[in-house]
Amino acid sequence: MTVAPADLTLVDARSVRRGGLLTYVRRHPTMVVGGALLGLMALMAIFAPYLGTVDPQALSPIKRLRWPSAQYWFGTDMLGRDIYSRTVYGARVSLTVGISVALLASGFGLAIGLVTGFSRWTDAIVMRIMDGLMSIPSILIAIALMALTRASIENVIFAITVADLPRVTRLVRGVVLTLRELPFVEAAHASGTGFFRILWRHILPNTLPPLLVQATFVAASAMIVEAILSFLGAGTPPNIPSWGNIMAEGRSLFQVAYYIVLFPGLFLSITVLAINLLGDGLRDALDPRLARRM
Amino acid sequence: MFAYIIRRILATIPVMAVVALFVFALLHLSPGDPAVIIAGDTATLDDIARIRQKLGLDQPLYVQFATWVWGLLHGDLGISIFTNLPVSKLIGQRVEPTLTLTISTLLVSVLAAVPMGVLAAWKAGSWIDRVVMVFAVLGFSVPVFVLAYLLIYVFAISTDLLPVQGFVPIGGGLGPFFSHLVMPTLALGMVFAALIARMTRASMLDVLAQDYIRTAQAKGLANDKVLIGHALKNAAVPIATIIGIGVAALISGVVVTETVFAIPGLGRLTVDAILRRDYPIIQGIILVFSSAYVLINLLVDLSYTFLDPRIRY
Repeated sequence: MTVAPADLTLVDARSVRRGGLLTYVRRHPTMVVGGALLGLMALMAIFAPYLGTVDPQALSPIKRLRWPSAQYWFGTDMLGRDIYSRTVYGARVSLTVGISVALLASGFGLAIGLVTGFSRWTDAIVMRIMDGLMSIPSILIAIALMALTRASIENVIFAITVADLPRVTRLVRGVVLTLRELPFVEAAHASGTGFFRILWRHILPNTLPPLLVQATFVAASAMIVEAILSFLGAGTPPNIPSWGNIMAEGRSLFQVAYYIVLFPGLFLSITVLAINLLGDGLRDALDPRLARRM
Repeated sequence: MFAYIIRRILATIPVMAVVALFVFALLHLSPGDPAVIIAGDTATLDDIARIRQKLGLDQPLYVQFATWVWGLLHGDLGISIFTNLPVSKLIGQRVEPTLTLTISTLLVSVLAAVPMGVLAAWKAGSWIDRVVMVFAVLGFSVPVFVLAYLLIYVFAISTDLLPVQGFVPIGGGLGPFFSHLVMPTLALGMVFAALIARMTRASMLDVLAQDYIRTAQAKGLANDKVLIGHALKNAAVPIATIIGIGVAALISGVVVTETVFAIPGLGRLTVDAILRRDYPIIQGIILVFSSAYVLINLLVDLSYTFLDPRIRY
């Protein structure tokens, strides 16, 4: 969701009220639940080797296609690899891709959005390009880029970032266009504040709240797109356990061993849900006027 | 209004030009020799030379672009590397299942999501509202293929209610046609419906707070007349907009849904083309899907003048 410029809430550090942790939790339940779930996933990704996992790549053909049991919590796949270990390690890929894409797309989107918001002729050119790119469904952009490059996590991150960039740029540009017409910017200008100081002190801080909200949704969609790319065979290299890859391997076996697809799918859904809850909560907290409507 | 329609149609030209330029440039901006990339790791020098010659890569860039665009304008999308058939023919063969699935998803999602959004806004804060909002959040969070497998498990494996996969054209009998369409439509429609329900609710909440709604209620108009005749009519423009924008999510989802349910449509063609590195097909599919998206959003824009007669451009 993009934030309509009319609903901008301006940042003013003095208006942030301080309260206890409990008050905070009561005021923003979705954000706390989302944040906690995401925190758990992050811990799981970081401490993957210490969570009762075995080598996620270890083959043992004798133990193939075992159903979930006390020994193999999530069962084993057709090559006898432990699905629990693969799923836990898979969190690393998803979170890396999600966070990297969110950071890169926000960074570049912010830079391009700020420039186009202030320079008419770059605006005309860049926005025509962004309009064109936005009319290509983002998965197709990512697929096209992946079809031309070697499968690697870096290339997946690059491809998804390119696909997400137009939306972020549009958001930042929209915010900048609204801000530069507001009285306080005009006042700063009239009192002789330099261009870069206005940009740094007045424009930039006010683009950050909507950008932060957008970044959470970019991270969530990047994780889904990574899983889809891997699932279709155009994403993370097959030897790396990612949730999309595990699901792709279970695809042909779904009728005999549905658990192979089930567990990575469940973890992916929970992670995306956590980020979406966090994003919704952030939007509610940062933009009270919009929050009442959505 | 006529001038507006013409202007809006003309505005799609630069957008499509950028799409075409992107699709063309992709192959040439990528590091390395495109012919080598397309040929793959196991190619011989002869293969590479053959591909280079077939794609016209031995000619200057501007000649390549001009030839390519000239072909596009004549409906020529190039020749598939793997099958040696025209891309336009390959795409033509696969359009029917994709079109069927997309239209049924569009219909089902809109018919389910708009009433849900209206109800949620009317009963804002009630349990109905909460159920709709939970549905919306879940719809955004459960990826289409996870939902697809859940449906297969429930309706095809544990119970034998629906066929696991496949596609039957409408000529193959209405029963099999619909039974094969149910699960793909539900899986694909979830995100789309969540998007529409959320926007409908937000848009209706805005309208329901207006004075003329209170007036309509005060003069004793029945609830359904107020909701549909007064409120929904005025909330229609943002809803139409999000339906148009949401088609992008629908197109992305089609590729995945067709893979899970083994539907022989454009999505399957895309996946096969990726695995075979058949780049002309990928280019053709991007162009076809993007044109469809631009066209639908053009229709949405034009519908504004009917949905809201106040809009005069």
